[in-house]
Amino acid sequence: MENKLYVSMSPHIHSGDSISRKMWEVIIALIPALLVPLYFFGLGSILVTSVSIASCVVFEYLIGRFLLKQEASIRDGSAILTGLLLAFNLPSNLPLWIVVIGALVAIGMAKMSFGGLGNNIFNPALVGRVFLLISFPQQMTSWPLPKAFNPDFMDAATGATPLSIMKSGHLERLPDLQDLLIGNTGGSLGEIGAAALIIGGLFLLIRKVISWHIPLSILLTVYVFTGVLRIANPELYADPLSHLFSGGLMLGAVFMATDYVTSPMVKKGQLIYGIGIGIITVCIRVFGSYPEGVSFAILLMNGVTPLINAYCKPKRFGEVKKK
Amino acid sequence: MGGIHPPENKISAGKAIEQIPLPGQVTILLNQHLGAPAIPLVQRGDRVKTGQLIAKAAGYVSANIHSSVTGKVLKLDEVFDPGGYRRQAVIIEVEPDEWAEDIILSTTLKRDCTLSPEEIIQKIQEGGVVGMGGASFPTHVKLNPPPGSKPEVLIVNAVECEPYLTSDHQLMLEKGMEIIVGTKIMMMALKVNRAVIAIENNKPDAISLLERLAIPYSQIEIMSLAVHYPQGGEKQLIEAVLDRRVPSGALPVVTGAVVLNVGSVFATYEAVQKNKPVIDRVVCVTGKSIKKPGNYLCRIGTSVQELIDFAGGMPDTAAKVISGGPMMGKALVNSQIPVSKGTSGILLMDSKEAPRQKVYNCIRCGNCIDACPMGLEPYLLMNLSELSEWENMEKERIMDCIECGCCSYVCPSNRPLLDHLRVGKFKVGAMIRGRKNQ
Repeated sequence: MENKLYVSMSPHIHSGDSISRKMWEVIIALIPALLVPLYFFGLGSILVTSVSIASCVVFEYLIGRFLLKQEASIRDGSAILTGLLLAFNLPSNLPLWIVVIGALVAIGMAKMSFGGLGNNIFNPALVGRVFLLISFPQQMTSWPLPKAFNPDFMDAATGATPLSIMKSGHLERLPDLQDLLIGNTGGSLGEIGAAALIIGGLFLLIRKVISWHIPLSILLTVYVFTGVLRIANPELYADPLSHLFSGGLMLGAVFMATDYVTSPMVKKGQLIYGIGIGIITVCIRVFGSYPEGVSFAILLMNGVTPLINAYCKPKRFGEVKKK
Repeated sequence: MGGIHPPENKISAGKAIEQIPLPGQVTILLNQHLGAPAIPLVQRGDRVKTGQLIAKAAGYVSANIHSSVTGKVLKLDEVFDPGGYRRQAVIIEVEPDEWAEDIILSTTLKRDCTLSPEEIIQKIQEGGVVGMGGASFPTHVKLNPPPGSKPEVLIVNAVECEPYLTSDHQLMLEKGMEIIVGTKIMMMALKVNRAVIAIENNKPDAISLLERLAIPYSQIEIMSLAVHYPQGGEKQLIEAVLDRRVPSGALPVVTGAVVLNVGSVFATYEAVQKNKPVIDRVVCVTGKSIKKPGNYLCRIGTSVQELIDFAGGMPDTAAKVISGGPMMGKALVNSQIPVSKGTSGILLMDSKEAPRQKVYNCIRCGNCIDACPMGLEPYLLMNLSELSEWENMEKERIMDCIECGCCSYVCPSNRPLLDHLRVGKFKVGAMIRGRKNQ
């Protein structure tokens, strides 16, 4: 018997699932939503996206290699995904140096300072976005207006988004649902085009990368909450469907809130988390001073996630009721 | 709830049972069952016959061991067992068979059994019958449920949910009638009037055959189950068949069900109707690189190497030899380890499949929680195990873990979850026993 044998504990086979597989499937799911801003906002969207991804990858590599002195982790695809999601939350006419700062905050502060993938408490891309929103409110809130086959690079005309229209109270100026669905509205580059985001979300559901619990609980909560407000006062509050398909809600519900690392692990906990995000989002949108609240809502619920994980236990097999 | 669907890879399915020639020497372990090792009754130089008792059960939870061959006892020595521990074994030099007196060698079916329940259980106990699916729990203990519990139904576990393994499947195809009679005998021993033979629906030939054979036995039902790992686990099977859940910490019999492996049912038939103790069994030898995968009937104590040689020899690429299936089997430390009563299969993995992959951080995807058939949180238990927080592990119900391996199987970060859970289960188990002894 010449062969040297491996000896290890069972199981001896593995599903073949890997972090990079999951990351790349999310990246693929985001591609339809990337084509929408290319059509309506022009090449600026691609430029912002490329710079965001490149700087996220470079920062992850440099910090991992020289500060944490760990093996390079960029091949798992998570830095690319963070870069992509950060770009989706930025206006397509944002000066590129601001994009680089956002990437540094997302990767350096929100992810690597906690110890890299898996250890961060808050969604890195959202931390980057919120940091930029607070630091550069002017640049971060002058969204370009959509224009089919947009040839302009960075200097398109800017204007109101559906959510700022809601905030101003001129509900009659809201774009119709069809425009909201295809993305013919102002906004951050990846959040317009609800239909493309839904297609990506369905892909992730079918591939079992995400489950329905988080996105559906967020969307249903927002629908019910804004629906109640609408019934209470149709003059003041926008209809629930406009809420669902405008702003960062669809992007947040499908792609940001479902980030594994920062969301609860047990299904029951995921429902609580989703309902929390929905309620906070509507509160900020309707009663707060910002027009949009999805980012803040997700970050707040990210903070509560460890607590949810500690209290929401899966249904145990053969649980004996305590007397 | 929970569970996984690994690729079935039943390469050796449908291969007729083939008897392998007598080896030159057999190594019969004294701890082929759960419980105390048997006490040897023979010494160096003794001559033994095939089927002769060579070690007797040490107490109630233990099992008799019989010589699987005729020959001279070379020595009593410590050898590696499938778990990698050194254990006592009787090593016998093999001569042509000379069978112990009362063993009936004819293979004609003996349908009728007029023994009382006590006599049946005694014969099973004398024959050294244990769970043949891998855990090797002595069968007579299961047939004697503790006072106060009332068995209502016998479940015959013919699920064989582990990938690759086919020995039970083939046994049902070739010994179907014996299994039906064995089931009837076990029902008599348990004094129940209902039995369910549970088979996964990836074995339609076995299902239809047993359904046909069971027609005269109205109390025996053949149940076809959807393929699902770990459905062959005792608690999972009771839930699948009866829709009853064994409460945490309780014995399965509180649900009214007694679960026995189909291999043990066949062994029971042989022990009761033919006076033949457990001296051989069907072992499936399988793997992607093996030349002649198949189901081989071999004597207990035959070395794994001998089986592999018969199946075409050890492939050059072989890098792991597993006793049992890929989910719960044990990786052997060498190929000289003997076949024991619980060896359901020998699986060879080549150098591509054998090594473990690089471990990454937990990304809290929750796959392990979704896969756990017991509703535990493997990621949390692993963290607690790494921190040596045994008390908290007990609170998180580590003792419910059935070690099925679903958590490690699904982890995208290749984290060795079950390894850490086993450490915790061992420590917490010792802690609980210590508390009871105080």
